[in-house]
Amino acid sequence: MKQFVLASLFAGAIALPAAADYTIIAPANPGGGWDQTARTMQSVLQEEGISPSVQVQNVPGAGGTIGLAQFASQNKGNADALIVGGYVMVGAILTNNSPVSLADVTPIARLTGEYEAIVVPAASPIQDINGLIEALKADPGAVSWAGGSAGGTDHIAVGLIAKAAGVDPTKINYIAYSGGGEALAAILGNQVTAGVSSLGEFQEQVKAGTLRLLATTAPERIEGIDAPTLKESGLDVELQNWRMVAAAPGLSDEQRAKVTADIETMVKSANWQKQLADKGWSDTYLSGDAFTEQLQKDVTSTEAILKDIGLVK
Amino acid sequence: MGAFDFLMQGLVTAADPMMLFYALIGVTLGTAVGVLPGIGPALTVALLLPVTYRLDPAGSLIMFAGIYYGGMYGGSTTSILLNTPGESASIITALEGNKMARRGRGGPALATAAIGSFIAGLIATLLLAFLAPSIVKVALVFGPREYFALMVLAFVTVSAAFGDSALRGLTSLFLGLALACIGIDQLSGQARLAFGVPELLDGVEVTTLAVAMFAIGEALAIAGQGKVGREEVLAVKGSVWMTKTDWKRSWKPWLRGTAIGFPIGAMPAGGAEIGTFLSYATEKKLTKHPEEFGQGAIEGVAGPEAANNASAAGTLVPLLTLGLPTSATAAIMLAGFQQFGLQPGPLLFATNPTLVWGLIASLLIANAMLLVLNLPLIGLWVKLLTIPRPWLYAGILLFATLGTIGANPSTFELGMLLGFGVLGYVMRLFGYPIAPIVVGLILGPMAEQQLRRALAISQGDWTVLVQSPIAAVLLGIAALALIVPLILRLRGKGAVLSQLAGDED
Repeated sequence: MKQFVLASLFAGAIALPAAADYTIIAPANPGGGWDQTARTMQSVLQEEGISPSVQVQNVPGAGGTIGLAQFASQNKGNADALIVGGYVMVGAILTNNSPVSLADVTPIARLTGEYEAIVVPAASPIQDINGLIEALKADPGAVSWAGGSAGGTDHIAVGLIAKAAGVDPTKINYIAYSGGGEALAAILGNQVTAGVSSLGEFQEQVKAGTLRLLATTAPERIEGIDAPTLKESGLDVELQNWRMVAAAPGLSDEQRAKVTADIETMVKSANWQKQLADKGWSDTYLSGDAFTEQLQKDVTSTEAILKDIGLVK
Repeated sequence: MGAFDFLMQGLVTAADPMMLFYALIGVTLGTAVGVLPGIGPALTVALLLPVTYRLDPAGSLIMFAGIYYGGMYGGSTTSILLNTPGESASIITALEGNKMARRGRGGPALATAAIGSFIAGLIATLLLAFLAPSIVKVALVFGPREYFALMVLAFVTVSAAFGDSALRGLTSLFLGLALACIGIDQLSGQARLAFGVPELLDGVEVTTLAVAMFAIGEALAIAGQGKVGREEVLAVKGSVWMTKTDWKRSWKPWLRGTAIGFPIGAMPAGGAEIGTFLSYATEKKLTKHPEEFGQGAIEGVAGPEAANNASAAGTLVPLLTLGLPTSATAAIMLAGFQQFGLQPGPLLFATNPTLVWGLIASLLIANAMLLVLNLPLIGLWVKLLTIPRPWLYAGILLFATLGTIGANPSTFELGMLLGFGVLGYVMRLFGYPIAPIVVGLILGPMAEQQLRRALAISQGDWTVLVQSPIAAVLLGIAALALIVPLILRLRGKGAVLSQLAGDED
């Protein structure tokens, strides 16, 4: 009898795979990129009927490493728990000596990404990327770069540019701001030589002619963007500030496949695509082994450049 | 169409009964959530934003504006009645507001906050509508050295304003500055004073410290007094409504608060708190009733509350004209815009006038709605004070804890809340003012970072700090504010000053 009950329960579970009630951890304060990604996932997962009820919880702090540590320790084997993260987390884990890394969770897929842009104020005498590189080579300290937090994507981009141009990355004069917005104000106000941030942060200003876009960190020219890539300009730099979703550690293969399938259904929906278009995010969906491999590459190269800049010993 | 026509059109849309209903829901929700200590407008808007997605753009924007202003308003209610500021911009309100409430003047305190917020919101929203593009040009001139000079001015005026005992005020301020050093240094990315505790990497959260100092410390102090024979707190003494004198003493602070708060809010790195500090310091200097400051002076509520709301509208200047979200709340509003495929930036006023003016009209409606909603409720709110103290403070402890956990679910954060609560109690016991410690925590990192940025850009040349005319003028004013009282004292007028200072305790 007991076996029958178990068997029928099991059969029932197979026949009617219960839709998961996901909880998504956004390891940042409300309003930032990770928070917006989590909340967009929440609305699409619900509206598309992939999950009847989705909760978003903010666990801010230290480049996402606090949320990550809490997530990894509290959700072992819980297939309903998800966390949003991204490239910034890769750097933060290294600079903060975080005891928990991305190896302690189950990365599911890369969702969106943005390329970095290098700009100067419209009034700047620097006309193109070569002009900026010349100035950098002449006196690295005299070129001040405004961007987001120290050790973040923007800082890494500047380090990579300096290295590719043959300038000592420890000599760069990087002025860290709390976010792209505050950095933008400093660039517009002519307080610094150049600025580095996600392309989206600058696009409206470039259109209005208040900033001059010198180059992007994309692998090839982006449609509709009138600027060369760094590669074209002879600097071997390619960088994408991506965002991803990961599941809890200790999942079975079936559980992992189920989460991956749910995320894929979400990404393929017209609703998700519309949300991306509205927010100006590009779809850089990548899952499975290809993503794991890419992630590993990013971790290795980030560690190398952070050591070069001198942020990681 | 000119700006005025667009605004009129927006108002007509917003005056539709259904839209008014959305506005009502928005302000009610916003106020309700904003009342919880520790939950500021940013979290309120983030929590409620999904609700607005279901509506059409006009309805959604209106509800959104209601939540935004409602959340700002809710924070001051708890500051005044319960001495538990919900966010850093209403810390100053608690100083005089709560003293007023304890003397049975909670009604006028809430009223001057509500009307001051309305007037400041109205003026600032109109300024936003008509002057935004020119204001933002001025705000951009502010670079690191100008901000540093502004911070120096804020330090000097604020520490003078807390000067019932200069030594105790400064001790408290430096305690705050020490706490401000904890965490990852923003410019170098290195951790300072974190002792390997990951939760300390982002430093001490201002709201955690403020709620701990004000709410928990207060609750402990009340508990520490033991059994009080008679309740000295009167819910209402005299009129619930503002008297003629109250009006007379409030209108100038409202206008001055607006004049201080709006431009500071419009600066990309200004922050609403600084406006409230400067407004409080100004009112304390200008008042005809200096003896009342620290005992519940209505000017000390009226000015900072107006400054707080004016800077909330000011925050929208860089958001709408540059696409710069300069506060957490503004960042979430940006997300709200993107919901409609809008990308705020320099071209927004030109490419999407209907939605922008719709939003501005909604802010005006939400502002008026809040006044209508809150004035009649004041009578009800002050009844909170008649709840027996043990119950009331048990409730405050509960909500303070819930608010902190809600904003940051971590046991360490809770431990900090309690630890700082005990510190707040000890400071009260020995007569140290608690506001400067919070002020130090807010201003410290700003001043340090701006100074270091200025020096990094100039490659270590200190003279850069006085080379900009704006920075030089601000530093000059700060120097005068520091030196003039010293000269007065030397010339034998010190007796008057110390007399004044003595009364303020």
